[in-house]
Amino acid sequence: MKKGYVRPLDLRHGRVDMNHGAGGRAGAQLIEQLFARALDNEFLRQGDDGARLPAPPPGHRLVMATDAHVVSPLFFPGGDIGSLSVHGTINDVAMLGATPLYLSASFILEEGFALSELQRIVDSMAAASRAAGVPVVTGDTKVVEKGKGDGVFISTTGVGIVPEDRLIGGARARPGDVVLLSGTIGEHGVAVLSQRESLDFETAIVSDSAALHTLVAAMLAAAPSGVQVLRDPTRGGLATTLNEIAHQSGVGMSLVESDIPMLAQVEAVCELLGLDPLYVANEGKLVAIVAPEVADAVLAAMRAHPLGRHAARIGRVTDDARHFVEMATRFGGCRLVDWLSGEQLPRIC
Amino acid sequence: MKYIDEYRDGELARGIAARIAEQLRTDRRYHFMEFCGGHTHTISRYGIAELLPASVRMIHGPGCPVCVLPIGRIDQAIALALDRGVTLCTYGDVMRVPASGELSLLRAKARGADIRMVYSAADALKRAREHPDHEVVFLAIGFETTTPPTALVIRQAAREGLGNFSVLCNHVLTPSAITHILESAEARQFGAVPIDGFIGPAHVSIVIGSAPYEPFAERYRKPVVIAGFEPLDVMQAIAMLVRQVNEGRAEVENEFVRAVTREGNRAAQAVVAEVFELRSSFEWRGLGEVPFSALQIRPEFAAFDAERRFGLVYRPVPDHKQCECGAILRGVKRPSDCKLFGNVCTPETPVGSCMVSSEGACAAHYSYGRFRDIEVRAT
Repeated sequence: MKKGYVRPLDLRHGRVDMNHGAGGRAGAQLIEQLFARALDNEFLRQGDDGARLPAPPPGHRLVMATDAHVVSPLFFPGGDIGSLSVHGTINDVAMLGATPLYLSASFILEEGFALSELQRIVDSMAAASRAAGVPVVTGDTKVVEKGKGDGVFISTTGVGIVPEDRLIGGARARPGDVVLLSGTIGEHGVAVLSQRESLDFETAIVSDSAALHTLVAAMLAAAPSGVQVLRDPTRGGLATTLNEIAHQSGVGMSLVESDIPMLAQVEAVCELLGLDPLYVANEGKLVAIVAPEVADAVLAAMRAHPLGRHAARIGRVTDDARHFVEMATRFGGCRLVDWLSGEQLPRIC
Repeated sequence: MKYIDEYRDGELARGIAARIAEQLRTDRRYHFMEFCGGHTHTISRYGIAELLPASVRMIHGPGCPVCVLPIGRIDQAIALALDRGVTLCTYGDVMRVPASGELSLLRAKARGADIRMVYSAADALKRAREHPDHEVVFLAIGFETTTPPTALVIRQAAREGLGNFSVLCNHVLTPSAITHILESAEARQFGAVPIDGFIGPAHVSIVIGSAPYEPFAERYRKPVVIAGFEPLDVMQAIAMLVRQVNEGRAEVENEFVRAVTREGNRAAQAVVAEVFELRSSFEWRGLGEVPFSALQIRPEFAAFDAERRFGLVYRPVPDHKQCECGAILRGVKRPSDCKLFGNVCTPETPVGSCMVSSEGACAAHYSYGRFRDIEVRAT
């Protein structure tokens, strides 16, 4: 007879059923054999309903960010919902100029979801979390009836620390500041889109999904002050992010289209599908608004980091009471880069 | 992108702009209508208006298939999906068009209607084939460009004997809409509609050819230059129109020679003629009832005609009273002349047809050009 009289989970052929969320033995087994095994760390090993964490060092504040992930399909070139849910939340913490330290993860599973796919997702999440050095310290799992979910939804929350005097936020852009972008735009949206059932096209484009906190650290090391705003242009793309910042800071922006880096393949797919790459989602890029005197130093630090090799200066902040983002087109004209209207691509993250 | 970037070259654009400026007569202004929404989009997105001399004004025409679709037609589609339980497939742009009772296809979907966005008519047919127990209706919209694919799926469905597929046909015709604009009351009154010439459609003309524009160029003495959708195409077409006006000519010229012939695509025309026939009248949003301006499915294919299959009756729904879309589509007013523009009517909450699709005159101006109107404020 086997130890504990419990038959191990059939990770190859098994499926999620309502018992897995009922709080009984099946749920405990799922957590132990799948989640805890993959995500293992000293905090999870405490085995309690929450994690006891060390206090922040003196002179630091805590920051916290949360993000829900409903991407469809669950697996896409360059990532999956597991790695995305780690990167997305780490990036939200990092955009405050903070060092991300801990993550929590909650899973909503749909009855009938294959355990083999769940394992792939959790393994990918664990790999992303280890690579980033940010452990998942607590979690939860619920199961909903077949048809009430779509495989799996993952919510993650991140906690980090930031020096008390470091103020980085969307309201801090000032006229004359420089707009920097960490690399080519549109890859995540196009990679996910290419996997949708209704679209029969093949592409070599992979999602840019990545944790940006080390890039942020490098930028802040190069310019301890002068970095005003950091934000990752996810849903709604670069255009929407810049409009948010312009609105929050009460300024305008002036961009130069030819300075915005973009892969030729992304440009071609967008052309074919009638999408504007400025509105297509990214998961591994950031926009930095910096004081003009530190722009060169920050840009150099970005380019020296693997995730910022193609970083570029794409425009400047202007004094505009209407808070418009304008762009000099490659063609030689000028246009407004407005907020995204409606939804260009649903369920991209 | 090879074969595309060449048509977006800023240097060449400045060269053409300079040539246009040299040609302009100082004693007059030039007003050209680009019929197609595709051209409207190009003009706005690339900032072409910025490159043109002040005395050249572009008027945005009604050639946006989503914009001209009347409320009553969307109501029909919503009723099919909500009340009759069909799977309704359509192109993405149509989803947000406001319909009666605060509904749109998107909102009907939120209420549980099975409404799906497809990229081609063939996807709708595929859906019907794969789900034989579901009624699948394709809400077909568009000018002559999207008509041949719809004709093909109807013919294919007939060949396969598919019993669960039908089409709600809203295909409209470009030449009759242009004629209607030129026949309007303002146009007859000399000088009221300042249209000196037209930029002719790109993709529509690939299908129908350049010949169909010849009668009205001659009859109404308006030059037409068929142009591609790239910004240099549009600039070049404007230069050609200026030349025709200056020389007193009113001819059909073809700038888009790399794709458009005089005869057009004969095979596409044949399949359209096989499946469709002229409708005696069709309501256009903004223009009203326009005789012989749309297509309906021939009686031979009645089984695939959703109007017949579900016994649909058309009920016209009037536009908002203050909406100026009609006058804007006829070139009499500009988007910023409308009281609703940028106030209650925005791309998020479109009131009139010109605001619903990014190809519409108002939406294009709102999204790309309103920074030039000082009075419009972003909140």
